[in-house]
Amino acid sequence: MNFLLGAFKPACNISITFTDGKNRKQVPIKKDNGQIVMNPLFQSQETIAGKIHIDPYQGKKVEHNGVKVELLGQIEMYFDRGNFYDFTSLVRELDVPGEIYERKTYPFEFSSVEMPYETYNGVNVRLKYVLKVTVTRGYAGSIVEYQDFVVRNYVPPPPINNSIKMEVGIEDCLHIEFEYNKSKYHLKDVILGKIYFLLVRIKIKNMDLEIRRRESTGAGANTHVETETLAKFELMDGAPVRGESIPVRVFLSPYDLTPTHTNINNKFSVKYYLNLVLVDEEDRRYFKQQEITLYRLKEEAS
Amino acid sequence: MIADGAEDEEKWLAAGAAAFKQNAFYMQRAIDSNNLKDALKYSAQMLSELRTSKLSPHKYYDLYMRAFDELRKLEIFFMEETRRGCSVIELYELVQHAGNILPRLYLLCTAGSVYIKTKEAPAKEILKDLVEMCRGIQHPLRGLFLRSYLAQISRDKLPDIGSEYEGDADTVTDAVEFVLLNFTEMNKLWVRMQHQGPARDKERREKERGELRDLVGKNLHVLSQLEGVDLDMYRDTVLPRVLEQIVNCRDEIAQYYLIDCIIQVFPDEYHLQTLDVLLGACPQLQPSVDIMTVLSRLMERLSNYAALNAEVLPYFLQVEAFSKLNNAIGKVIEAQEDMPILSAVTLYSSLLKFTLHVHPDRLDYADQVLGSCVKQLSGKGKINDTRATREIVSLLSAPLEKYNDVVIALKLTNYPLVVEYLDNETKRIMATVIIRSIMKNNTLITTAEKVEALLELIKGLINDLDEPQGLEVDEDDFEEEQNSVARLVHMLYNDDTEEMFKIISILKKHFLTGGPKRLKFTIPPLVVSTLKLIRRLPVEGDNPFGKEASVTATKIFQFLNQIIEALPNVPSPDLAFRLYLQCAEAANKCDEEPIAYEFFTQAYILYEEEISDSKAQVTALQLIIGTLQRMHVFGVENRDTLTHKATGYSAKLLKKPDQCRAVYACSHLFWLEDHETIQDGDRVLLCLKRALKIANSAQQMGSNGQGSAGSVTLFIEILNKYLYFYEKGIPQITVESVESLIQLIKNEESMPSDPYAESLFASTLQFMEFQKQKGGAIGDRYEEIKV
Repeated sequence: MNFLLGAFKPACNISITFTDGKNRKQVPIKKDNGQIVMNPLFQSQETIAGKIHIDPYQGKKVEHNGVKVELLGQIEMYFDRGNFYDFTSLVRELDVPGEIYERKTYPFEFSSVEMPYETYNGVNVRLKYVLKVTVTRGYAGSIVEYQDFVVRNYVPPPPINNSIKMEVGIEDCLHIEFEYNKSKYHLKDVILGKIYFLLVRIKIKNMDLEIRRRESTGAGANTHVETETLAKFELMDGAPVRGESIPVRVFLSPYDLTPTHTNINNKFSVKYYLNLVLVDEEDRRYFKQQEITLYRLKEEAS
Repeated sequence: MIADGAEDEEKWLAAGAAAFKQNAFYMQRAIDSNNLKDALKYSAQMLSELRTSKLSPHKYYDLYMRAFDELRKLEIFFMEETRRGCSVIELYELVQHAGNILPRLYLLCTAGSVYIKTKEAPAKEILKDLVEMCRGIQHPLRGLFLRSYLAQISRDKLPDIGSEYEGDADTVTDAVEFVLLNFTEMNKLWVRMQHQGPARDKERREKERGELRDLVGKNLHVLSQLEGVDLDMYRDTVLPRVLEQIVNCRDEIAQYYLIDCIIQVFPDEYHLQTLDVLLGACPQLQPSVDIMTVLSRLMERLSNYAALNAEVLPYFLQVEAFSKLNNAIGKVIEAQEDMPILSAVTLYSSLLKFTLHVHPDRLDYADQVLGSCVKQLSGKGKINDTRATREIVSLLSAPLEKYNDVVIALKLTNYPLVVEYLDNETKRIMATVIIRSIMKNNTLITTAEKVEALLELIKGLINDLDEPQGLEVDEDDFEEEQNSVARLVHMLYNDDTEEMFKIISILKKHFLTGGPKRLKFTIPPLVVSTLKLIRRLPVEGDNPFGKEASVTATKIFQFLNQIIEALPNVPSPDLAFRLYLQCAEAANKCDEEPIAYEFFTQAYILYEEEISDSKAQVTALQLIIGTLQRMHVFGVENRDTLTHKATGYSAKLLKKPDQCRAVYACSHLFWLEDHETIQDGDRVLLCLKRALKIANSAQQMGSNGQGSAGSVTLFIEILNKYLYFYEKGIPQITVESVESLIQLIKNEESMPSDPYAESLFASTLQFMEFQKQKGGAIGDRYEEIKV
């Protein structure tokens, strides 16, 4: 299980359990190899507590220079793979140097941990939280065990949430006015709106609403921007005439969205856009992109 | 984009149907295993086939019907899911996750249907949401079908009165609102089809639109079926809204179809009460809309309504249906300046039929219609459009058919004015129609005034019309027409002799202008009719009122003379000749000797001057003899003159047998049984002897030539005359003369002869035998004859 021990015969087995592990909500996380695993879910200011069991193999004794557990918040840039930047690092010393002969359990607790950033799995960047248990050994190399967990932070509905309303067009060709009911949506929200056609001189084939994610990593000259289209939702089929108004109703729940992240630790940002695309019969695209803010609203059920 | 040929289209349809079937199969499998997620996925894929732009409406319909069937299954599945605890609200959201709009909306409608059934939300809210969301489809064909699907699934779920989905308050309004909205949107899509695509495809597009129109019209049908749409609702909401849409869409095809649809689907009663609204919309339609057909149908419906339900007639009066229609038509015609005359006339024709049905007692209405029609026609000259003229004929025939009495039509002052606008040929047709109607119904026309009016109407038959005829009328047709005029004469009748005389005078006035070709048809019935009148005249001096009758026989006879005089010039001397004789006979009855003599003179003159054909002469002479024989009015002198002439003519006939027969016929002129003054046995005998002589010479000529068969017959015929006079007891005819004649014939008989003569002789002998058997005085006389 622990690949770091691959070269050696493991001297002991380390396992980490959380205090309320059975009741805590688990969320799926996609790992590097594409596997999906379930990880426990926490939020900022929660106390992260549990037990660490160290189980030496076959009655071997484990000599060590101390046992510690760390809570790390890491950002990993993919162009700089393997190089983690820790923005949060908390340590609990569990044991003084000595020997472990038999299964030993250490309780641990990080109380009211400040975890400002959410777990994020992007195209070029990953933000993750991990518990790292280290059994320090001088000559044989330390034994390390990791346990990932997921952090999601819930925010109250924003006090100000204006609608997005805008008139755009190409002169003497196409004039539309669109309106989305809000500028800030929570992740299970519904985008409601209307598209009014003020002038239509082109032969429109259809109209889609795209949800796009713009992930920018790095800073200054090294800024790297990646945009993905997460959803393409057809709003209209056929050519409207002047005066038509087309309803918009897009449920966000089926899409894999995250809250908007702005300048996370000066490393990366994630922004969301609604892109209204009109396609004419010659497959020319006319579009207008509007940023929306996504946030995570506390789910009532959980 | 569009199929070039039907073949390609077939291919596309087949491909679409195949993909459709496959996904339908997977959907069914998912349904069977209660897998909602997969069911949604495959149904969405299945419905994606409906996104095609390649199919014509006809083929698309094929695909749509498959989808419709499959969606029924899906709906049942949804229903089961909700029973199993799946929240219908979630389901309603779930179907909206589909990325493509068309499958999404089909699924939404299906889920919406289930949603309404579960009654977890008011039907009106769901329906409103559905009809709004459907705006997403702006492609006409796909939009029409989608909305038609919506209409279909919602039909039994409208919150109508008495429906289980009826809500708390005023929900009918919601139901109506929903249907109206869907209707409006569908119509917009339908109209839009007209303007998309290249102009050269216009014809095809219009055809396709025609195929789709029922989808739009269906909404109106749904409206008419709603319990909650009562008269108030119809008048205040439904009709104004529908009309607004119809007027505003400014599309010819849609306006025509939808107005017609309104007329057809809603009850007559509603139309009657909202007539002004409906009619008010008509002038606002596009000029090219065939408004006449529409209005005609409306009027037709209303008249049928009135015809079937007599009790609604008061309503017609109450709402002044007639004047409204009349106004509306006026306005429509005004609004559509270049409306062809045909349309205008058709409109008036329908209006006339309407008023005849609904207000049969209001002749003034009918006259008003004709008046408006005249106004419309005025200034356009004669009508050349054959269809328009046909329509006018039907317009003019309507009152005749309705009342079955031409007299009523004659009261319509504008009637002849309309006739004026017809070309000559049509005028004739019209006249024939009128006459036919009179004949069919045996309408008697009794006053001179009406006769005058009637003749004015049928002028086309009586006169050559002023302008030169382009086409020569077919001889048979002409005869047919004139015969009908002749028959008409007998329908003009009044018991009062003075009035009758007036009628006849009018007829004469018109007929005499009719030109030579017509006279031979028109004069005889006129004469006959006049003669009838004469017979009805009170015997002179027998006038019960003591006053001088203005119509005297003398006057009439003069009149007759004038009429007949016209004939020889025609030339129809033969006819004139016969008529003179007829008149003479009539004069005889009236004891008008000089007049009778005059007629006879005229007849003789004609015989001498005009009748030259020998066969015609024979017939004419027989007529003269027959008539003269019956005359008793003549004094000895006149009679002598006339009989003398007649015998003279007889002797001058060309062929001997003819001479012979004429001469023996003349014998009758000298022996009238009832008049002792005219019993001159000598001259009878003289005639018969002369006949024998001629027969003899005929026989001689025959023996030189072609045998004598004919002359034997003559002898036998003369024998018969002998027997006749013998029987009457004329002393000059003796037994001996009879016997010798029989002997003579018997001698001739021995020669080869023809069977006709033989049988004639045999039956003559048989007759004698029979008379003998009878006994009595006659029997005794025959007893004396020895054969």
